Amino acid sequence: MSSPIPKSPEQSDKNKKYDRQLRLWGDHGQKLLENSKVCLINATALGTEILKSLVLPGIGSFTIVDGEKVTEEDIGSNFFLENETVGASRAQVATQCLLELNPDVRGDYIDESAEHIIANTENFFKNFDVVIGTVLSEKTLIPLSKHLWECEVPLIVCRSIGFLGYIRLQIKEHTVIEAHPDSESPDLRLDKLWPALEEYLSSINIEQLGRKEISHVPPVVILYYFLNKYKNDHGGNLPETREEKELLKEMIKDVGKSEDGNNRLILEENFEQALHYVNTCVATRAIPNHVQTILEDDNCVNLTQHSSSFWIMCSALREMVKSEGVLPMKGTLPDMASDTHSFVTLQNIYQKQAQHQAESIYRRASQIARDLGLPQETITENDVKYFCKHSSELYLIRGSCIADEYEKTSLDLTSYLEDPDSLIFYYVILRGLERFINEFNAYPGQMDDQVEPDILKLKGIIGKLLNEWGYSHVLRDEKVHEVCRYGGAELHSVSSILGGCAAQEVIKVITNQYKPLNNTFIYDAINSTSATFCL
Amino acid sequence: MDETKESLQKRWTHLRKVLERPGPFSHPEFEPSPDILDFILSSCKLLIIGAGGLGCELLKDLAMMGFKHIHIIDMDVIDLSNLNRQFLFRHKDIGVSKAEVAAKYVNGRIQGCQVVPHYCTIQEKDEEFYRQFHVIVCGLDSIPARRWINGMVVSLLNYDDAGILDQSSIIPLVDGGTEGFKGNARVVLPGITACVECTLDLYPPQVTYPLCTIANTPRLPEHCIEYVKLVQWPKENPFGVALDGDDAQHLMWLHEKAVERASQFNIQGVTFRLVQGVVKNIIPAVASTNAVVAAVCATEVFKLATSCCTPLNNFMVFNDVDGIYTYTYEAERKENCIVCCNVPQMLSIEDPGKMKLSDIIEILCSDPKFQMKNPGLTTTINGSNKTLYIPTIEAIEKRTRENLNKTLQDLGLNDGQEIVVADITTPTSLIIKLTFKTVDIEMG
Ligand SMILES: [Zn+2]
Repeated sequence: MSSPIPKSPEQSDKNKKYDRQLRLWGDHGQKLLENSKVCLINATALGTEILKSLVLPGIGSFTIVDGEKVTEEDIGSNFFLENETVGASRAQVATQCLLELNPDVRGDYIDESAEHIIANTENFFKNFDVVIGTVLSEKTLIPLSKHLWECEVPLIVCRSIGFLGYIRLQIKEHTVIEAHPDSESPDLRLDKLWPALEEYLSSINIEQLGRKEISHVPPVVILYYFLNKYKNDHGGNLPETREEKELLKEMIKDVGKSEDGNNRLILEENFEQALHYVNTCVATRAIPNHVQTILEDDNCVNLTQHSSSFWIMCSALREMVKSEGVLPMKGTLPDMASDTHSFVTLQNIYQKQAQHQAESIYRRASQIARDLGLPQETITENDVKYFCKHSSELYLIRGSCIADEYEKTSLDLTSYLEDPDSLIFYYVILRGLERFINEFNAYPGQMDDQVEPDILKLKGIIGKLLNEWGYSHVLRDEKVHEVCRYGGAELHSVSSILGGCAAQEVIKVITNQYKPLNNTFIYDAINSTSATFCL
Repeated sequence: MDETKESLQKRWTHLRKVLERPGPFSHPEFEPSPDILDFILSSCKLLIIGAGGLGCELLKDLAMMGFKHIHIIDMDVIDLSNLNRQFLFRHKDIGVSKAEVAAKYVNGRIQGCQVVPHYCTIQEKDEEFYRQFHVIVCGLDSIPARRWINGMVVSLLNYDDAGILDQSSIIPLVDGGTEGFKGNARVVLPGITACVECTLDLYPPQVTYPLCTIANTPRLPEHCIEYVKLVQWPKENPFGVALDGDDAQHLMWLHEKAVERASQFNIQGVTFRLVQGVVKNIIPAVASTNAVVAAVCATEVFKLATSCCTPLNNFMVFNDVDGIYTYTYEAERKENCIVCCNVPQMLSIEDPGKMKLSDIIEILCSDPKFQMKNPGLTTTINGSNKTLYIPTIEAIEKRTRENLNKTLQDLGLNDGQEIVVADITTPTSLIIKLTFKTVDIEMG
C-alpha cells in the first residue's frame, strides 16, 4: 500500500534551516534537542565554542554561570566577547553574542561564580539536562561532580591549555537506542524463517527457471534455495567453516554462470550478490553482547515505578528474546539485483514480520507499564517502533563519578601507563596542574621569569600524585616543560577543536543517539592525535 | 596604529606564550621571538577558499589566531539551510554573497582585521593572485574545485635546470572536508608531500544508479526519484526551464511524480526530504564537525606560519559517531601522480584501428587516476594544431562532435602522439602520451 500524497510537502522554514542535521538525528532527535536546557559554567573561549555548536542546531535554552569580568586577554581568545566590553560581566556579554546566532534559542546568565551558587542556591543545577564546566578548580569540581552524580544530571568537564585538550563526561547511566553504526550486514533471518517467508521462498525452484527469469530472482531466494540443498546434503547443518562456505558458493556459481558474447563465463549480478551474502548472512544470528548485557541488567530485570520507558521496553524485549531467541527485525532489506515485483513482495514480507514483532513488544511493554501502575502514555507505539528497529544497536553506559577520581587513593592507570608515549601522561599532568593552581593560585609558567622554577614545582606535585596512586613511573620532563611553556594560555583554535567535540557529546547525551565518549578524551594538537581512557 | 606596539597588547598574551618561549616539541627551525607575532599580524597573507560551513569557522579561527591579512573566496550566496552551522550569517543575509557577509562580520568583530572578500569562482583568479599568499586553506565540498586549487599550487612550483625544487615557491595547502559526523584534515606541501591528486582514491565514488534499474526494475524510492529527474523532467519539461534543485515548485513537481511512480510499483518511502536529498545530492552537515575540522586546519596554518610546532604529517581522519576518534597518518605520494610528479602520462592503446576518440574520453572520465569531468582534447599533427574535441564551447563542440566516433588511426594519431587535455579539475592542461601496443608484444 502506498501512503497518501501529503497535501503540501514543502518544508517549513524551521525544517529548511535545520535540514542538513535532520538528515542525521531526525525530527525526533531535533525535538529532544529543542526541549533541552543546558548550563555552561565559565564563558571561556572553550565554553562559548561549545555553546556555539549547541545554539546553532537549536537547543531549547542555555544558562551561563560566570562571575568574571571581561579582560583584554579574554577578547584575544574568545570570539563571543566584543571589543568594547572589557570590564563588563563575561556571562552577560557572552550570552548576548551567542543569542545572536539563533533566534529560536533562549538564553540567560547568572553573574556569579559556580562556587557561590553551589554554596547558596540549592538544586540550581538539578534543573538542567546537561551541565558543562570549563576551567573548573578542584574545589568547585569535586562538590559539583558529587551533586550532579546524585541528581543524575550529566556533567561534561573540559579544559584547553596551549596545544592540549581534555574532555571528561560524567554520566551515571546513559542508554542509546539509535547508535547509527557505520556498517551492518543485512538481517535476512534465513536461519529463523517464519511461515510467510518460508512459503514465498520455497515456492521458487531456481533450477527450473528460464535464463531470463533466473537473472531477476532476488539473491535472498537464491541463497535460500542453495542453503536448503546444502543442508539436505549435510545432515541438516548450516555451513560454518570457510571450506563449507566455499562449497556452498561453488553450488551457487555452478547455476548462476552464463556465457557472454566472447565465450567468457560470467556470473549474473544477483548470483554475485548471493555469494556475498554467504560470508555475512548465513550464520545463526546471535544476540550481540552489548544487548545481552542490557537484557541482564538489574534495571531490566527489576523494574520499579521509576523505571524509564527504555527499561520497560527492554523488559518486554527480554521476554521476547527468552521465548523466541531472536531480536526484532529492522523490517528493511538492502537493495539487491532483482525485478521490482519480487523485491517488493520480499520487502513486504520482512516489513510485516517486523511490524508484527513491534506490535507484540508494544503490547508486552504496555502491560508491564500497567502492572507497574504507570500511566498509559509511558510507552508510545512510535517509541517502540524505533526501539525495535534498532534493537541490535542498544547500548548502555554506566559511568563513574569524577569526584571518585580525585578522592580515591588509588586510580587504576596501570594498563595505560605501560606505554611511555601514551597520552595518559597528559591526563596526569593536568591533574598535577590543577593541584598546582590550588596551591599557588596561578598556572605553572604564568610569569615569564617563573617557567623554570615552575617546571620543578609541577614535577614535584606530579611525582607525589603518582605516588599516592601507587605508581613509581617517572614522567618525561619534556611534556611537563611543554605544559609550563603554555603558562595557562588558551589558544583559540585548540579551544575550537575541543568545543566542537564537547558539543557533539552533549548532543548525543540529549538525543540518546550515537554512542557518547566513555569517559576521558585527551587531544594533543602538537601531533594532531587523541586518545580515550575509561577512568 | 604602530604594529610593534600592537603585538604587545594584552589581548595577544595567549599567543605570545607559545611564540616567545622555546618548547621541547617545536619545529627545529623555531626561534622564539616577538618577531613571529609581528609577522602574523602585519605581513602574513592567507587565502581561505570557501565561505561555507568550514570557511566561516576558518575565518573566525584564523582571525582569532592573530592573522589579519586574510582573503576569502566563494561564489555562493547565503541560503536558509546554511544557518544551522554557518554562524557568521543571519536570516537577513539570505541571498547575499557568503564571502562578503563573512568578511564584513569578522572585520567588525575583530579589531584591526582586514579580511578581503572575493565573490567569484576560483577559476576566475590567475596565478598572480594565488602567488601572493603564504598559506592557502580550503574548506570546500567540491572535489573538482579541490583538485583545481591543488593543481594551481603545484603549477606555482619552480624547479631549476637540475630539477631541484625552489623551496621559496612552495605554498602549503591545508585542506579540510566533512560529512555528517566524519571529517578529515590534511597538509599538502606541494612537490614534497602527497597532493590531493596523489590520494584521489580516498574520495568515495558518488552513488549512482544504473539507468536500466531506474527505468525497468525500480526497487528503492531513490530509483523512482532518479527516474523522474532523469527521464520524466526532460520529457515533460513542466516549467519550460532547466531543473533547479533550489526551486520549491520544481521540487514539488518531482515529489508528486515520484510518489506516483512509486505507487505504480508499490514502493514505499518517497518523502519530500528524500526527493530534495537525491535531487540536490545533499550531504548532511552539523556545526560541531565543521568546528572541529576547521579548527584542526587553522591550527595547522598557525603551525606552518610560525614553526612553533611541526605541522601535521600529513592526514588526519576524524569521526565522532562512536565516542571521539581520530587517526593520523602519512599519506604517500604517488609515483606517477598526474599533477605533482614531473613525468609525462602514458596511455597505452591496444588497437588504434579499433579505439575511438570517445573511448579515450571514457578512460579519462572513469579511470581512477584521471577522474575527469568533461575533458577537451587537442594535439599537434605535422606541426599544426588540431582540435580533436572541445565540449565546453558550443560551436566547436558541434564542429568536432564527429571526431568522437572516429578511430585513432582515422584521426591520424600515431604511436607516441602527445595529446593536450583540458578539464575543470585542473588549472593547467595535462599532456598524455599515447603508446600503441604492437602485435608481437606479449600482453601483460
Ligand atoms: Zn600528487
